[in-house]
Amino acid sequence: MIGWAMAAVQCLLFVATAPLFAGWIKRVKCRAQNRAAPSLFQPYRDLTKLLRKGVVLAYDASWIFRATPYVVFTTTVLAAAVVPLIALRLPTSAIADVIVLVGFLGLGRFFLALAGMDIGTAFGGMGSSREMMIGALAEPVLLMTVFTLAMSASTTNLSEAVSFTLHGGLVIRPSFLFALVGLMMVAVAETGRIPIDNPATHLELTMVHEAMILEYSGRYLALLEWASMIKLMVYFVLIANIFAPWGIASTTTPTTLALGVLAIALKLMLLGIVLVLWETVMAKMRLFRVPQYLGFAFLLSLLGMLTHVILESGGH
Amino acid sequence: MSASDWREQLASSVQSTSAESMPGLAPAQLLHVSAADWGKLARVAKELGCRWVAGWGEDRAEEILVNACLEKKGAYMIARARLDHTAVTLPSHTPYYAAASRSERHTRDLVGVHFSEHPDARRWTRHQAWAEHAYPLRKEFAAAGAPPLQTPPDDSYPFLQAHGSGVYEIPVGPVHAGIIEPGHFRFQAVGELVLNLEEHLGYVHKGIEKIAEGRDAAALARLAGRISGDCTVAHTWAACMAMERASSLDVPERAHYVRAIMCERERVANHLGDIGAVLNDVAFTFGFYQFARLREDWTRLSHALLGHRFMMDRIIPGGVAVDLDPAGIDAMREQIRALRPEVEQLIAIAEDNASIEDRLETTGYLDPVLAAELGTLGYVGRASGIDFDVRRDVPYPPYDRLEVAVPVYHYGDVAARVKVRGAETLFAFELIERLLLALPDGSIANPWQPPASELEGIGLVEGWRGEILTYVRFDSAGKITRFYPRDPSWLNWPALEKLMRDNIVPDFPVCNKSVNGSYSGHDL
Repeated sequence: MIGWAMAAVQCLLFVATAPLFAGWIKRVKCRAQNRAAPSLFQPYRDLTKLLRKGVVLAYDASWIFRATPYVVFTTTVLAAAVVPLIALRLPTSAIADVIVLVGFLGLGRFFLALAGMDIGTAFGGMGSSREMMIGALAEPVLLMTVFTLAMSASTTNLSEAVSFTLHGGLVIRPSFLFALVGLMMVAVAETGRIPIDNPATHLELTMVHEAMILEYSGRYLALLEWASMIKLMVYFVLIANIFAPWGIASTTTPTTLALGVLAIALKLMLLGIVLVLWETVMAKMRLFRVPQYLGFAFLLSLLGMLTHVILESGGH
Repeated sequence: MSASDWREQLASSVQSTSAESMPGLAPAQLLHVSAADWGKLARVAKELGCRWVAGWGEDRAEEILVNACLEKKGAYMIARARLDHTAVTLPSHTPYYAAASRSERHTRDLVGVHFSEHPDARRWTRHQAWAEHAYPLRKEFAAAGAPPLQTPPDDSYPFLQAHGSGVYEIPVGPVHAGIIEPGHFRFQAVGELVLNLEEHLGYVHKGIEKIAEGRDAAALARLAGRISGDCTVAHTWAACMAMERASSLDVPERAHYVRAIMCERERVANHLGDIGAVLNDVAFTFGFYQFARLREDWTRLSHALLGHRFMMDRIIPGGVAVDLDPAGIDAMREQIRALRPEVEQLIAIAEDNASIEDRLETTGYLDPVLAAELGTLGYVGRASGIDFDVRRDVPYPPYDRLEVAVPVYHYGDVAARVKVRGAETLFAFELIERLLLALPDGSIANPWQPPASELEGIGLVEGWRGEILTYVRFDSAGKITRFYPRDPSWLNWPALEKLMRDNIVPDFPVCNKSVNGSYSGHDL
């Protein structure tokens, strides 16, 4: 029972702190560009503002358009529930593994792409087609990188895989390095960051994610924005806890939990800075370079897997 | 061959009479051409390798005049045809000069001159909201117009269609996200590849040409400053130059220098802002903010020293309205000393970044042959091998005393246009320093004297977008009867359509920004 309560608390914490992480990235980014930065809590204010506003719906909007914000938000929250944030071995981790996680995100993407086309504007359809192109190439990479890990840990369950790395001691596995780079590249692509997509642009013709949600307003937009913040955090928590799980709580005592919170906060802050530096020195790449980028990420994850088979699995 | 030889050749090849000497129209010569030979004129001019510069019509109570300005090697010629009100048809120049197409559509829409053999019968400036036979620039048309209570939608413009499987259409605008002016862009695309782009402009038609009628010189200068806010100095200068030439008014030396300093300041401000904006369009936000910061510092000093961030209304007929004191001169020098290394450094950062290079190089390629065909001007032309700059090739004071370096590239892509603008910025710093150093003493304005008789004049100024040609005609009371400012955007907008071909849809914003035509300057 306490386990379920813990799981619920962790999931809530995930959902509630996602805007904070987005605010952190924004802040660091402003600093990196010599600009005055908004408050860390600006994303919360933006979400509150949007939630208060009325919804403007297109005449041609079908139920898909109206249902999509809820579907996307729910699937993203469910995905967040599966990812170990501060504690391992919670009951939620037993009900779903990494394949389900990818499935949740895929379902959200599917509905978002449908909603982009639902209204019939040129921008929405354009965004949907670009998103599906990126998604079709990114999902295999995501799966492959996690499989690399799964081969070492002999499980696709995230909690167990993390605990495998945690208790395996400080071993440098070449396969993990490949998988790490692959996963970081795919995280950038999947969360619509530079150089794949520019979350801050107003230029409709260049948009991917933003083009699909261009027609949304009010609470619908708030849910979609929030969902994309959660998604961003899902990816970065995955990176942080799979490749550097140290600090995560294996037991549920107050001390270990507090340590777990502190550890993940530090890791996310650090990863946020890495992301910002990457985004600051890069321009967005041309759309037709994206398949090459993701192809390279796929190659890395494949190499990771091969390295595991060749270098690491002998001797058992 | 001397520069003016071609003008004699052209004049002798068509039925024409050289007009009496028109000092106001210098450096151009006026040539009256018979209406029947109007098309032949274009054909011969094309064979001679002339550039088509501008075209405009004018309703004179007894007749309708149609003008076309041509240029070669810095020598200008204004050809003029007289038409009777009962037969307002003229052969088109468009079959020979693509550049003439939109201008002739504009003249057809506003003056009601029919151009035979013009390949495009669609309206241009005058949207569907106007009645079929309402020609706003005819004398009988009231300046206030007769707008209907509700403007009918402008929704039936027949864009060029593309057919085939997988071809789709993307309408963009006229209302855009972000703070830019209204204009409609229609893409025909397959996947992300652009098959064709068609522009539809005219949404910011303000009736500049019509409301200029009846103004005095000072009021016209103010109006000219509002044709396009980002090049207010150059437009005001061109309008004042035209009026001063028409009335043979001398301008004090010092005023020439101050005008040029302001014009160069305007060039720097816009180049800095736009280089940053190009970087923003490829999501290199760091560059955007740095260039925006430099531009802001720059415009703030303009405000402090000259009284206006964009230096609007600082140029007046007869001189300038504001003087520079020694402290101001020092402040400008000091700012250039501080800014130059920063600009150089930022340009180097942008040029050394491989991801930016990948976005800008080969993107939006404008072939030099096509660029010449379309008569593109300014940095758009200079990035595609067109080595022309009014300041150097048809120098007007104070540039006749200065050596003007003109950066020219042949790559024709976005990167080349950015390079030209970077080089022009750095050279403008040098020009301002030289102008400040040589700034003569004396008064800053001579009192305006309206011409006693009907007189015409043209002004030619190299604005930051390129050559601006302004035509004015005074009536016998010293009031304006015709004002036509030809913004360089008229000739650069069509280039954007062409350079987008075979690019991908998401590269449009950066291509558009690299050309940065003025909507307002074009729509008038």
